[in-house]
Amino acid sequence: MIRFENVTFAYERGKPVIQSVSFAIHRGETVGLIGANGAGKSTVMKILLGLAGPGAGAPGQYFDGKILVDGMEVTPANIARIRQKLGFVLQNSDNQMFMPTVLEDMLFGLLNSGMTRKEAEKKVDEILQSLGLMDLKYLYNHKISGGEKRMAAVATVLAMEPEVLLMDEPTSALDPYNRRVVIRAINNLPQTRIITSHDLDMIYDTCSRVILLTGGKVAADGPAEQILKDEELLMANRMELPLRFQ
Amino acid sequence: MSRTIDQSIHDLREMDELASKASPIHAICAAAKLLVTVAYIMIVVSYDKYNMSGLLFMVFYPAVLFAVSEVPVTTCLYKLRFVLPLVCAVGVLNPFLDRTPALTAGSFVVTTGMISMVTLMTKGVFCLMASFLLMATTRIEAVCSVLRKIHVPSFLVTLLLLTYRYAAVMAEEVGVMTNAYSLRAPGQKGIHYSAWGSFLGQLLLRSMDRAEELYSSMLLRGYRGEFYYTEERAWSAKDAVYAAGWILFFIAARGVNLTRLIGMLVTR
Repeated sequence: MIRFENVTFAYERGKPVIQSVSFAIHRGETVGLIGANGAGKSTVMKILLGLAGPGAGAPGQYFDGKILVDGMEVTPANIARIRQKLGFVLQNSDNQMFMPTVLEDMLFGLLNSGMTRKEAEKKVDEILQSLGLMDLKYLYNHKISGGEKRMAAVATVLAMEPEVLLMDEPTSALDPYNRRVVIRAINNLPQTRIITSHDLDMIYDTCSRVILLTGGKVAADGPAEQILKDEELLMANRMELPLRFQ
Repeated sequence: MSRTIDQSIHDLREMDELASKASPIHAICAAAKLLVTVAYIMIVVSYDKYNMSGLLFMVFYPAVLFAVSEVPVTTCLYKLRFVLPLVCAVGVLNPFLDRTPALTAGSFVVTTGMISMVTLMTKGVFCLMASFLLMATTRIEAVCSVLRKIHVPSFLVTLLLLTYRYAAVMAEEVGVMTNAYSLRAPGQKGIHYSAWGSFLGQLLLRSMDRAEELYSSMLLRGYRGEFYYTEERAWSAKDAVYAAGWILFFIAARGVNLTRLIGMLVTR
């Protein structure tokens, strides 16, 4: 589904943010992308989404290698079709939910995709019902709690029917109850999922596979069970065992 | 967060809530309301500076809208508290510049300067009230949708919409920064002028960061430079009657001095 082939990327030539990164993610997999601050997790997400690198068509950036999404190479010409396959949940839901109500936010992407309002509202109802969030439909974004907002942000992305869901720190700044709600919701989603987080317990609860990045390179790639229990590996890469294993 | 910033955020969001009420005025389509508001402002502005009695009748429009839309007048006056003094200051020099006596009440001489001052102030207040009522009874998305229909450039409309939407987020950032500053400058009132430069610089950087994230979020959900406003609705007969009714009323009120006419009928 997603393939990084020897990808190197730099905002300035000579200062690579990620170097020779290669991995493949198959349909239906749930992959945790972990690493210390500055390891390159966000950059991997950004170039995959075409917000930087070859898909962005931004001059001055250095890129080498190849990124494929469902067989399509990430290029400016393909990026609109690629983005239809990828849904991205931002870390800060306030930046994701820029319309006044949950309903309008969910309609934004659907109307952009050419649906009529009637069709779009039907889709919104379907998604909200499947996530058990119908109560939020007409609520103002600034009046819902952090957990509800995070779930609503997931709903806005799911409404676009992405094949792959990318989530940046989905449980950050959530209380334990809402964190649990989000984890349950993630586990019930049918899409291929890529999750970046420092919350290794959440990664353990949601991901079957983990890719560990360090200094822009892949330091380890394997089953979550194996990597998240390897204290030596984690410590060597400025990480720690998940709390449950400490 | 300081009370002033908190209050500003609340004020901004309160407009959204007012605009989402379900009164008969809220149900009118945005294009009709925008048309009536523009017509009202044009007619009000066109009154002669000494025609105070004629202008008075134009209070009928905001009065009816306040009553029917259930938007409290006090909220309007409160929200316009910073602008109203500026509007009122427009004609404040007229009584000194134009001292021609117009009428006398006992020993008190009312000059044409005084009349023109009051007329100008009234015009300003009426226009502000009409604009406020438009925004308090119409969602910003609906207003933007109409602006696009009349071919206002997309980037200007999007700028208006996002500025409106993100003014509260910006205010929150200011609040966070003000708190961080005041915690390290106890006993100091406000922000010292020596810190204004770095404060504004930081605010700009933070705004750019958030703007970039927001733009990414829009791009990823199919945004291609044009908002598809969710409030679009075609004109109905009710909207046409609303617009035509008010515009005819404004023209009639402008053509005939209704206040004087009523006065004559009462005193006859």
